[in-house]
Amino acid sequence: MTGADRHASDAFDPAGTVARARQAAADAGSLEALGELRGVLLGKRGELVRAQRALGGVAPEERRRLGEQINSARAEVEEVLAARQGQLRAEERARRLAEERLDLTEVVDVPRRGRVHVVERTRRQLEDVFVGMGFAVVEGPEVEDDWHNFEALNMPIAHPARGMWDTLYLELGPPESVVLRTHTSPVQIRLMQRERPPVYAVMPGRCYRRDTPDARHIPIFHQIEGLVVDKGISFSDLAGTIETFTGAYFGTDIHSRLRPSFFPFTEPSAEYEITCTICRGAGCRTCSQTGWIELGGCGMVDPAVFAAVGVDPEEWTGFAFGFGIDRCAQMRHQLPDMRVLLENDVRVLEQL
Amino acid sequence: MRVPLSWIRDFAPVEGDVATLAGTLDDLGLVVEGVRRVGEGLERVVVARVEEIAAIAGADRIRAGVVDAGDGPVEVVCGAWNFAVGDLVPLAPVGAVLPGGFEIGRRKMKGVVSNGMLCSPRELELSEDHEGILVLGGAGTPAPGTPLMAALGLEPDVVFDVAVETNRPDAACVAGVARDLAAACKVPFGLPEAPEPPAGPVPVTELTTVVVADDDLCPRFVARVLTGVTVGESPAWVQRRLTLAGMRPVNSVVDASNYVMLELGQPTHPYDLDRVGGGGLRVRAARPGERVVTLDGKERVLGARSIGAGDDLRDCLICDATDTAIGIAGIMGGASTEISAGTRRVLLEAAYFSPMAVARTSKRLALRTEASARFERGCDPEGIDRSVRRLVELLAGVEVAAGQIDVRGPVPGPRPVAVRTARVNALLGTALSEAEIAGLLEPIGFAVRPSAGGVLDVTVPTFRPDTEREVDVIEEVARHHGYSRIARRTPRPAQVGEIDAYQRERRQVRDVLAGLGADEAWTASLLAPGDHERAGWPADGIRVANPLVPDQSVLRMSILPGMLAALAANAGRRQGEVRLFEVGHVFPPPEKARVDRALAAHQEWVVDEREMAAVALRAPGDDAMAASGAWYALADAMGITGVEVVADAEAAPAPAAGAGLHPARRGWLVHEEVQFGVVGEVDPDVLESFGLDPGAQRVGWLELDLGLLLGTAPRRSELAEAASRFPSSDLDLAFVVAEEVPAAAVRATLAAAGGGLLERVRLFDVYRGPGLPPGTRSLAFRLRFCALDHTLEEAELHELRARCVAAVGAAHGAELRG
Repeated sequence: MTGADRHASDAFDPAGTVARARQAAADAGSLEALGELRGVLLGKRGELVRAQRALGGVAPEERRRLGEQINSARAEVEEVLAARQGQLRAEERARRLAEERLDLTEVVDVPRRGRVHVVERTRRQLEDVFVGMGFAVVEGPEVEDDWHNFEALNMPIAHPARGMWDTLYLELGPPESVVLRTHTSPVQIRLMQRERPPVYAVMPGRCYRRDTPDARHIPIFHQIEGLVVDKGISFSDLAGTIETFTGAYFGTDIHSRLRPSFFPFTEPSAEYEITCTICRGAGCRTCSQTGWIELGGCGMVDPAVFAAVGVDPEEWTGFAFGFGIDRCAQMRHQLPDMRVLLENDVRVLEQL
Repeated sequence: MRVPLSWIRDFAPVEGDVATLAGTLDDLGLVVEGVRRVGEGLERVVVARVEEIAAIAGADRIRAGVVDAGDGPVEVVCGAWNFAVGDLVPLAPVGAVLPGGFEIGRRKMKGVVSNGMLCSPRELELSEDHEGILVLGGAGTPAPGTPLMAALGLEPDVVFDVAVETNRPDAACVAGVARDLAAACKVPFGLPEAPEPPAGPVPVTELTTVVVADDDLCPRFVARVLTGVTVGESPAWVQRRLTLAGMRPVNSVVDASNYVMLELGQPTHPYDLDRVGGGGLRVRAARPGERVVTLDGKERVLGARSIGAGDDLRDCLICDATDTAIGIAGIMGGASTEISAGTRRVLLEAAYFSPMAVARTSKRLALRTEASARFERGCDPEGIDRSVRRLVELLAGVEVAAGQIDVRGPVPGPRPVAVRTARVNALLGTALSEAEIAGLLEPIGFAVRPSAGGVLDVTVPTFRPDTEREVDVIEEVARHHGYSRIARRTPRPAQVGEIDAYQRERRQVRDVLAGLGADEAWTASLLAPGDHERAGWPADGIRVANPLVPDQSVLRMSILPGMLAALAANAGRRQGEVRLFEVGHVFPPPEKARVDRALAAHQEWVVDEREMAAVALRAPGDDAMAASGAWYALADAMGITGVEVVADAEAAPAPAAGAGLHPARRGWLVHEEVQFGVVGEVDPDVLESFGLDPGAQRVGWLELDLGLLLGTAPRRSELAEAASRFPSSDLDLAFVVAEEVPAAAVRATLAAAGGGLLERVRLFDVYRGPGLPPGTRSLAFRLRFCALDHTLEEAELHELRARCVAAVGAAHGAELRG
């Protein structure tokens, strides 16, 4: 080694410069401090700049080697600073975001969507099942004349079967000539007056009876009836339709059965029961241990009803069925007392 | 109807466990609503002889006794006083469990130990009697220690509570239930013939007379006279069966009559012949206003009130030979000829009354009895003779005058019905042969004879008045074939199932209203008198003629009263901040001409019912403006355009519309003079009258005629409009507008002036206060302009701005706010 070499080496120590820079960068606790450090290390008074300036005094053969050393040291220092800067930025972002932390359960006044009434939603579900089976949905008036509500349904004046319905009469027309409909069956009559068969329709709506309210009966209630009139329709079709509907609405493990009953407007008539939806048929208090609960009535349309609306019972046959929408809602939601439906307590409306 | 199994077995040897029998009855349509086992719990009750009776010190209601039940003396304490030493009484020993589950324990009363209980008939469920201990006949028989059931000749029994449908009068008696059950169980059914009683010395015609003046009301009337009658207690087994069937034993004559009715379905009526004026009967239609005092002591007025069209007011009366009314035929006898302890001669009536006549009279008088229920459904006119003989047989030992009086008019007989085998199978979806059909019908009393061409000539017995037509016979075939054995098939209609456009949109309306934070309510369609007036309506609606309660006697004309009541009910439960909506019918009172038309032609609806949607907003900050906002949101969601909120009262055609609303905060929803609804705020006085505090929270109200709105209101075009790809420009314009000018009108003017380039216009600020002339407010609109084919230039925008400002100035005298 020459003496000149030694002098130059004493003046600039690349490894030391980089090591000191690395230490200083690590010590810089903020982007601001790091910026200042950059100025010190790479600025005019920095070692690297000074060493650069000192190059002029170095022997040409040394200058090239020393210049390369300075350049590579600068590159290394810049890399150290950039790395530290990235680190500090990440830390700062983390700190800033941490400060913005929210407890997402602190929501004040949750915006509330109201509820469509449970009876209406039940009605929609029932309608949709029947629409899927090819039925139309038909409606009619709640105030009916005696003819539509009783007489056309094979119940002439003072027919004992009228006693099956406790009827509310209105002060319109002659006494007992206008009623609040006791069932949606008059809609069947209006439909057949209006349209010729084939008919596949369900008729939902509000009905009225002069009943003292109890846990299972309310004087104002909702019913859905079905009417099918076509060529070749038999009791088989009735039983099959009831079974298909039952499975589709209540679930495939719920079945139906028909038992003889009496309605003036159907012959043969049946009561239909479904597997108890509480115990799924095992037997419980709701179904009196029988595994079955009564849902509604049905039967083949009586020829007298066809006669009232001018449909030839030799050409066409049909069946009808009906049951309570509120009762379905009660079963599905296990409402102990139907009367809550009339109270409009928002605590009930909101949860159902 | 309560039917003891032992009684059924008098007619048919049905076997099997109780649950299976109940299931079989169910499947026949004789629905078993309850099963009660009786006599269970009496197994340990024995006959005991009373040996000693002694007072207990300090007790004046109970006594100590010693009884002997065959195995030594037993000390008991008893509260009854109707027995003496030597009497035979029933003893329930310690450990016995009586009917009803009452377990006998060893008890100590007033220091005396009781090792059992002496029982009353009611405690043993033998009868309703609870006057004292059951005392069994004289001393010595039966021997102490004999089981009570054996001593009384009774067996444990099962009582079915059967619900008999109104079309099955034949099954409204034990024999009828037995007939159906026997057929289903495939065991023989037989009605034992009661013997014709030995003829007494005097012919019946010498003792009484019967005249039937109106034989359409009474097609058959049979009378017999019983002499040498001693009215006393019925035999124990008769009393027990009556009790099991739910009837109270009265006396031997009345019990026999009731027994026959329960067993064979034929009501009869016994008269004390010596109290019948003239000693004979006359059956005729009552004269309007005629009166009779019935057995229950009430005076009844006949033929006085029509029960509807087709009612001829002819109530059938039973009169004595002097033409004085003594009973209402088929419903209730009169008090004056009632059987009493002193009755010696009984005139027995067994008749067939016209079912419709009994039904009408029963309804007119609001008087239903066991007899009327049977007559109005139709008894068996040919079952009368058997019933009379059976009744006489029950009154063992009574003398009977020779012969019977039998007045016959137009009595319905057995009915021939032609039944087509093909029709049976077509209607039921079965493949039954003629023989199979006959095999199902014959066991229930139908005669079946095959005829030509697959037709069966069926003869319907007189006890089946419900079965008149081919289809009625087919029901009997189905019932006895078994509904569950009919195969199931689901029809596949050719039509597409659907809800119609209105029904679909109505669902959408509900969803929109729920989306506005309102819960759907279901308020009553029936209101209390005066509810409408309280809600500001000028009068009440259609009234119910026979309301169950006065609170539900008026049909609503608006949803408002019911909804306010619902708000008040919630407020009363500390739920004041509520938004509710409802969709339902309202009932404007119809003109008489409309009602007459509807009743005559059976086409039109009697009432022009309207389906309304109503919203009540009572959340904090809610008011008329919130309700109006709800309307605009709903209109936008349903694509309704051009229906405006109009405050001018003259724009409202319906007189009652807007009733109950704040006069300065209400509007009508109108398009081209058609009114679709009202919007606003409920009048504070109305709120107060429903118990709602107007100071606590205003109530916004919106009520729409949904049918009219969805059916006829103009809608936005369904056709797609292109969205421009060029930048749009916004223009904010604030006008100083007189208070009388609705913002909607200014908005409409701007929309027209903006023309095709106006993409949308929005009211974004309203200012009232300093800096504005009195009687005005500032309305700030943001207009967004855009062209489909170029970016709007400054000059164009300048021109548009000028046009809009000029139009508003010209139309409303409003200037830009300086």
